[in-house]
Amino acid sequence: MQVTSSVRDPLVTGGKTYHDVTQDVCRQVEGRPSLGWFLAFLTAAGVLALGSIALVVTLWEGIGMWGLNKTVGWAWDITNFVWWVGIGHAGTLISAVLLLFRQKWRTSINRAAEAMTIFAVICAAMFPVIHMGRPWLGAYWALPLPNTFGSLWVNFNSPLLWDVFAISTYFAVSLVFWYIGLIPDFATIRDRATGLRKTIYGALSFGWDGAARTWMRYESVSLILAGLATPLVLSVHTIVSFDFATSVIPGWHTTIFPPYFVAGAIFSGFAMVLTLMIVTRKVFKLEDYITISHIELMNIVIIVTGSIVGVAYITEFFIAWYSGVEPEFYAFYNRATGPYFWAYWTMMTCNVISPQLFWIKKIRTSIAATFALSIVVNIGMWFERFVIIVTSLHRDYLPSSWAMFYPTWVDVGVYLFTFGLFFTLFLLFAKFFPVINMAEVKAVLKSSSEKVSK
Amino acid sequence: MERDTHFVLGVFDDEDILLQAVGEVRASGVKIDEVYSPYPVHGLDEVLGYRRSRLPIAAFLFGIVGTTLALTMQYYMMLFDWQMIIGGKDYASFPVFIPVTFEMTVLLAAFGMVGVFMISSNLKPWAIPRIFDVRSTDDKHIMAIDIVNNSAMDITKIEEILKSSGASEVNKKSFE
Repeated sequence: MQVTSSVRDPLVTGGKTYHDVTQDVCRQVEGRPSLGWFLAFLTAAGVLALGSIALVVTLWEGIGMWGLNKTVGWAWDITNFVWWVGIGHAGTLISAVLLLFRQKWRTSINRAAEAMTIFAVICAAMFPVIHMGRPWLGAYWALPLPNTFGSLWVNFNSPLLWDVFAISTYFAVSLVFWYIGLIPDFATIRDRATGLRKTIYGALSFGWDGAARTWMRYESVSLILAGLATPLVLSVHTIVSFDFATSVIPGWHTTIFPPYFVAGAIFSGFAMVLTLMIVTRKVFKLEDYITISHIELMNIVIIVTGSIVGVAYITEFFIAWYSGVEPEFYAFYNRATGPYFWAYWTMMTCNVISPQLFWIKKIRTSIAATFALSIVVNIGMWFERFVIIVTSLHRDYLPSSWAMFYPTWVDVGVYLFTFGLFFTLFLLFAKFFPVINMAEVKAVLKSSSEKVSK
Repeated sequence: MERDTHFVLGVFDDEDILLQAVGEVRASGVKIDEVYSPYPVHGLDEVLGYRRSRLPIAAFLFGIVGTTLALTMQYYMMLFDWQMIIGGKDYASFPVFIPVTFEMTVLLAAFGMVGVFMISSNLKPWAIPRIFDVRSTDDKHIMAIDIVNNSAMDITKIEEILKSSGASEVNKKSFE
């Protein structure tokens, strides 16, 4: 019955049995956290606490504490928002798009990647909420709630409102998709546990018993959710790009934005997945599940999306010149040679040149190089958003109103807050939740390991 | 489920042996109550003779509800309840309604389908599952045969059939 491929490398190495998978993944859920975990958690929580000072100052004093001015009315807040949302896209790509394409290697990374999506979207959503100044009234501005102003409804013509619907739907659907996948694994932990842990994981597992009928429905639900999440994830960054593309600002008003933003999102998201996975596999000793070939495949996605991003940069520059529209060309010329030239060339180096190094097999299969480049890509993608947003605004039509943007300590602090939040949540997830989808890995084990069938 | 129901359990180590065994056991006239697995086994629902899940239909219907709700809401608010000219456009222009409509379609389809899945599979935080064998969430496939449903057949006969079809263990289980 067994078909062993001589062409494909095994997805899980080390000749693991089904029971080994359970043991390896449950180990860190059941054991005491390591010293390294504690140190990392304390660092993350410390950054969170420090950053929350800036958050409180923003809420107490208002967004005048940020470095915004009359000319540059959008800067770090929206840069950070777009950056975090973009990072989130990789999780959905791995869990939904790769499921539709039947890429079985996704099984050992989808759980952690989806967790990353959810935490990144939480961090992202924070920025539009706090930039409203009085977020406690924000529900009336963001949601179509009946009110005593008329009722004067929210403006459905505005891409900012589309964003509200897109991001909240994306968050809700990702959360449900992630949780459905977690239920069978919680049941595994429940059946190994006693006492309080059994009660907690029992409640989390929703009374899962692994019946064939339930698995059949589970598979059906997963497939449909993947089918829904795929256009959803494309729509989210498309709508984020509409925030810029539907405005008439030179440098923003371009039709290339939706595909270019989506590719950039996947590009930066995979970089973040790699950053997290390379650490996680080492700390939790999961090298047999997240193998070098997983890292290589993710690096290949980075080459593809990074190249799309590079072509998009060149295309928009060319079109800005070819269109013959002077303000449009000036916006791009100013990006490359104006006072923010360093940001532009950081972006170009990090996003266009650095991913091309992955064409060399030695680099894309090297853990150290991948880790370093994944951080470089994330820096580059932050600068991409900064360049698009700030350099298009700071020199507008009237030279008398030209200005520069300087971030204040509050800008930096709020950004740090999101880092603290992201890593605190991720570390809690890594300790208390199974970081690898045990059930799905077991389902692909047979096609990858000979020992199981014996 | 009745009290004192007795089950005969076939424990299987391998999914391929399980798939074959399900066919053999059913061919010999034994009714299988359910098979419990640690992971989804492809083709198991077919050999067990289950009807295809109708959850995709539920998702589609909930999606239509979402589309209708979103369009009704936007046309009502923008065209009937409080008209405003924004950017010189029509009060209600269909293209700008597409993003919100799409998002609400996806939201309702996903939540509606998952809700139906939860209800139909009895998944809820306070549910107490009937566990035949704790290894069924680890590394074993458990085939549960209800002897009340198979009263025509002798228990030893059922056990024999299970063993000959490849079960690594055959156990009995009763629930209080």
